[in-house]
Amino acid sequence: MDLLGYGAFFLTTALIFSLVTLGLNLQWGLTGLFNVGLAGFVAIGAYTSALLTTPDDVARLGGFDLPIVVGWLGAMAVGGIAAALTGMATLRLRSDYLAITTFGVAVVVQLVALNAQRLTGGPFGIGFIPRPFGSLAETPLLFNLSNLAVVCAVTLIAYLALEHLSRSPWGRVLKALREDERAAISLGKSARFYRVQAFAVGGAIMALAGALQAHFTGFIAPDNYLPILTFQVWVMLIVGGSGSNLGAVIGSILVWAIWAGSGTLTSVLFPPEQQARAAALQIAAIGVMLCVILLIRPNGLFGDRPRRPWFGKRAKAAAAKSNSQS
Amino acid sequence: MSLQFIVDGLLTGSMIGLGAIGVTLTYSILRFSNFAHGDFMAWGTYATLAVVSAIGAMVGKVAPIGPLSFGWPLIVALVIGMAFTALLALLLDKVLFARLRSQGQAIIVVMASFGASMALRSLLEFTFTSRPTYFSRAIQIAMPVGFGIRITPDQITLLLLTAVLVLGVHLLMTRTQTGRSMQALSQNAALARIVGIDVASVVRVTWIIGGALACVAGVMIGILVQIRPFMGFDMLLPMFAAAILGGIGSIPGAVLGGLIIGLAEAGAVQLIGAEWRAAVSFIILMAVLFVRPIGLFGVRER
Repeated sequence: MDLLGYGAFFLTTALIFSLVTLGLNLQWGLTGLFNVGLAGFVAIGAYTSALLTTPDDVARLGGFDLPIVVGWLGAMAVGGIAAALTGMATLRLRSDYLAITTFGVAVVVQLVALNAQRLTGGPFGIGFIPRPFGSLAETPLLFNLSNLAVVCAVTLIAYLALEHLSRSPWGRVLKALREDERAAISLGKSARFYRVQAFAVGGAIMALAGALQAHFTGFIAPDNYLPILTFQVWVMLIVGGSGSNLGAVIGSILVWAIWAGSGTLTSVLFPPEQQARAAALQIAAIGVMLCVILLIRPNGLFGDRPRRPWFGKRAKAAAAKSNSQS
Repeated sequence: MSLQFIVDGLLTGSMIGLGAIGVTLTYSILRFSNFAHGDFMAWGTYATLAVVSAIGAMVGKVAPIGPLSFGWPLIVALVIGMAFTALLALLLDKVLFARLRSQGQAIIVVMASFGASMALRSLLEFTFTSRPTYFSRAIQIAMPVGFGIRITPDQITLLLLTAVLVLGVHLLMTRTQTGRSMQALSQNAALARIVGIDVASVVRVTWIIGGALACVAGVMIGILVQIRPFMGFDMLLPMFAAAILGGIGSIPGAVLGGLIIGLAEAGAVQLIGAEWRAAVSFIILMAVLFVRPIGLFGVRER
């Protein structure tokens, strides 16, 4: 019984991760946009939804006590707008600038979460976030299973929608831009406009995942959204294979299983005073794993095709090379 | 508003600027933004700290030089630390970056540097724990120099050291054959190869300069603030902002960008509060990207 409950809890967390990974796959896998600040977008979603749905609190702004669904929609809207603004600022420039800017977004969101106490509750975070099945909390198993059902449903909807999008004319434009930017532009497609759209939709999905997580645990704090989160999701996408939605989901579950498993193992093997060091070693091991996968199997488990750069001199060189070969 | 922020800003700016030189060189010559650069800083600092402790264990307590807080062991250790950091950068390039670069996927290299950064930082945390340490716990008396500004002997020394290093790197880049090869490679890689520039050696020099200066910047932070595994990672955003503000590839630009960001941070600390300090570099970065994305001394991409 306990095992079933833990299984449900584990899968819920893993599926929330896979939702973030799906968002990242739209940005990176499908469009080639590099986001190293996705923890910031997840945090934006979590805090937006928490502000909209918690009961009134005198210590900070709002607590508007709105229905949970409104919170989720609000999270998607704010996350999408934040991503669109980031994209508009940087997507006309070299792709590295997007990476640096998203990194900055995550830093600033972390600062706001820590310091803007009137908005975010500061380091102590926000509690009493309503849970979808709060009334079932007395029977943990039923509670966990119903949460899992909700998260499953949302992930499935997102998955199907993204699969549909990537096959739609819109998705084909994104792929065309990624594979050969000049050819796509010559067909009259605005590269920047489509990329901003993809980045915004990806950001909205990440924010939704953040909101789901917030309502699932009922409590959020700035510590949940450190760079390690960004890093975990990247590993999940690379292991699963960027470009494949199925790979994103399976990679998330796999990496989360490794992560949670090695976490349990270190807590059994190491004495309490060494736990922090063991956790650091765990992160180092995953970092090495990411580099090794990039070196030996850059397409992951489910990635299908070789990727080509879409910017700068190297892209031109690569294009010239493939032209001369054909 | 007290003018003390000028000294604080110049010092922070020196640390950022020295780091940004490495960032701007890797960006312009190897064409990727190296997210592991901050962790070179931290590794260099811990290496220097380890050598200082080793010397301390061998020869016993050494009296500090004049009014400074440190003695000759730190200077020796700094040189060894610089060499170590340069070697670390070369090693990381050999096992990771060079292989990915040869596949021609620039953005994959960025991602690998992100993974390497996590691994390097966590290894430090594993070895030294996340507890902050210091080179010296002695408190220095700051001397008043007029206009309400106070400065410690350590601070004066480190500012001078920064000036000497920056001048040295600038002369190396403009007056020597190696430096000119580096500039050529950053301006037009294909043409540089055609005229017979040894790309591998230029890449090596780039990593050596970047690593060694990162170590100096880290040790400065260690002397003036504290040593933590996260010390370099926290400098990453200011360093990138400084490199972009100064114009990618420009060494004077990186230093000037660092000083501007350092002064802006110190000013913000006084006006708004220390907790918002990290937002300053982001605001400056966004302003540069919107108004003049090539930076102060940058050249347009060809």
